[in-house]
Parts: sequence; C-alpha cells; structure tokens
Amino acid sequence: MCDSCGCNVTPGNQHLIANNGKLAKVGKHTTAVNILQDLLSENNHQAGHNRQHFDKYQVLAINLMSSPGAGKTALLEATIEALKSRYAIAVIEGDLETENDAERIRAKGVTAIQITTGTACHLDAHMLHDALHQLDLSSLDLVFIENVGNLVCPASFDLGHHRNVVLLSIPEGDDKPAKYPVMFRAANTVLFSKSDLLPVMDEFNPAQAERYLRQLANAAPVISLSAKTGLGMSSWLGWLQQEIEAHRERLQNGRSTRPAIQPDGVRFHPVSQDASNRIGHHHPHY
Amino acid sequence: MHELSVCQGLLKQVSQIAAEHKATAIDKIHLQIGPLSGVEPTLLQAAFPIASKNTLAEQAEMLIQPMPIRVRCKTCYSESETTLNDLTCTACGDWQTELISGDELLIERVEMQTVQ
Repeated sequence: MCDSCGCNVTPGNQHLIANNGKLAKVGKHTTAVNILQDLLSENNHQAGHNRQHFDKYQVLAINLMSSPGAGKTALLEATIEALKSRYAIAVIEGDLETENDAERIRAKGVTAIQITTGTACHLDAHMLHDALHQLDLSSLDLVFIENVGNLVCPASFDLGHHRNVVLLSIPEGDDKPAKYPVMFRAANTVLFSKSDLLPVMDEFNPAQAERYLRQLANAAPVISLSAKTGLGMSSWLGWLQQEIEAHRERLQNGRSTRPAIQPDGVRFHPVSQDASNRIGHHHPHY
Repeated sequence: MHELSVCQGLLKQVSQIAAEHKATAIDKIHLQIGPLSGVEPTLLQAAFPIASKNTLAEQAEMLIQPMPIRVRCKTCYSESETTLNDLTCTACGDWQTELISGDELLIERVEMQTVQ
C-alpha cells in the first residue's frame, strides 16, 4: 500500500476525505487531521528504496518465509548447488543469535550476510538496507533473503524484495494456510517442503493444503519438493529461472514488481501512476 | 511480537504530523485495522504506553476501528463479508475473489492540541 496514489482509500473509508479535505478545526485549541496513511509507511518507504537498489543492478530478490525448521536453509543449499554455475547468488540471513545458517551457505561458496535479529521476530526494510551495504549488488543476479522462522510477523513487512516464497513442510500439517492466512495470502509461490516424508506422513493431504490456500483467494503455484532427495527441485528451479527472466524483461521496459504482500488495491492502478513502482526515482543515499 | 515495532513506526508518523501543525500534545489517534493486516489490535494497544513514553502522544488515547473482511467475486461480481481464512464468494462459491476491505492498517485521524 502506498500513500501517493490513493490506493489506500477503500469503499469503507473514502467518506473521510470526500468532503472538506484533510484538515478539520474542531475546537479553539484543538486540531484534527484526517489522513489515511499506512502505519508502516516508514518501512514501506525504505522498502521502495531497497527495491531501487536491487533494480539498478538487475538483481531479483526473493524473500523466503516459513516456520522454524521447515527447511529454508536446506532448500537454499540445494538451490545454490544447482544454479551457482549459471547465476551469481548471495544470501541475506535473518536469524536469532546464531550464525549457523550463514555458515552453511558460505560452505557452498556464495556470500552470506548475517542479520542477527536478537529477539526480533521479523526482518524489516531498515535491517535489510543495512545488510545491502555489505553486498556488491553489481556482481549478482539473485539474492535470497532468509527471513526469521515465523509464520506470523514477517508477513506484514515489505523488505524491498520482489517475490515471497512460503515453505510449508510436511510434518507441520496441511491446515497451516487456514491457520496463518496473512502469511499464506502473501505467498507468490508455496513450496511443500520435505515431501520425501509424504509416504510416511499420510495425514498431510497436499490437495487439502492447496484447497486451504485457494480459500485465501491465492492462485500462487504450489510445488511439492524435497531438498534432500531432489524430488520436485526441477519445478522450483524452473520457476526461479522464469522469475529471473521475467524480472529482467520488466526492468528493460522500465518497470519493477512488488511481492504479493501488497493489498489488492495497488493492482487497480496502472504502473505509470504508481510512483513507488517506478524506476528512476532517486534520492540521496546516506 | 511485531506490534511494538509497528507502534513505534506509528508514533514517528504521528509525531511528524504533530510537528507540522505545531501541536503541543496529541489527544487521540484513530486507526483502522483489518484482521488480514497481520496486526493484532489488543497487542497494539498494549504496546502503545511503552512506545509513546516521552513523546507528544504520551497521554493520547488510541482508538481502533476494526474493519470487516469483504471480497468482490471475479466471477459473479457479488460482494460478500467473509471470514479470515475463507475468502471464497458466499454467493457462488468461487475462490477467485479480490479483497476490498480487511487488510487495512491505517492512521485515520489525529486530534491534537494546538495553540492558535
């Protein structure tokens, strides 16, 4: 949601600004201002700035979200192994306290920047910006952001990336999209990870999990995979390559893209009117 | 939880608005929050006294208007009110709907004390 194009004005609140504008003097010493500003506009502004950094160097940024232990790092290890000869990849790791995940990624021969979040439950656009200063984007094609393992908080924060990938591992159960609708609504693609366990965990019904996802009006592709056995990995790698190509094509046409986290209202606005979606809006970099 | 950082962001924005109007104190902050925003109103209320300490909003009241979840069907164009985890059209049952309300996370109105 942005504050520049009016996409946050919904049928439920438009009456507030329809009549006599924003400012209303209510008393001799009191002033009331009607605004309709996103509570996260500071974060969103920073996110837009981060996206410009990625776009300037034609880097596709993918935010990986899941509960702890769903296999984000294992997926990254297998993905890097498969794609590192074709694409220059780096990983930004959000983790509580340890550098374990970053070390696993570095062992694969790619750069990993660790954001140690302490007790924070999510990454935000400011944390990502600090990490970006440690990365040479000009030499990269693809950046993965491994968010803090949590199916609640990370869903609300735009980091300046382009796509959200949400992992749901088989042992977690097929009802997770129904239990965490904010997270699964934000997914551009959903991966059923640890799918090699399906034969022994038949209580997870992939069709049911997908139905729950569709009930959130989310048409995102679903891929069952296992980083351990390689099952389904080719579909995932195919999706990634398609996204990299599509992003390059968009950038050539002077456009960028935002993750599914944006409310539907944004989509009703043509790109040309949406300032934060445009490339070439530069501001000083501190 | 993330409500504290959301609250800190809110206070930065509200303080900026207060500064623009040369306000001496903020009385009321009206918010609109939909269930699909991912922010829990009760947790935001709980975070507010902590986040607002030593700001112009320290004595302010935070009023949260919960927003309904409403969708418009892309097939039959009906509008319906739905639940958090089932956004399918209640008229025809199609899941391909678009959200028209329910993910709001907005500052609607700020009331403050001004000298003039």
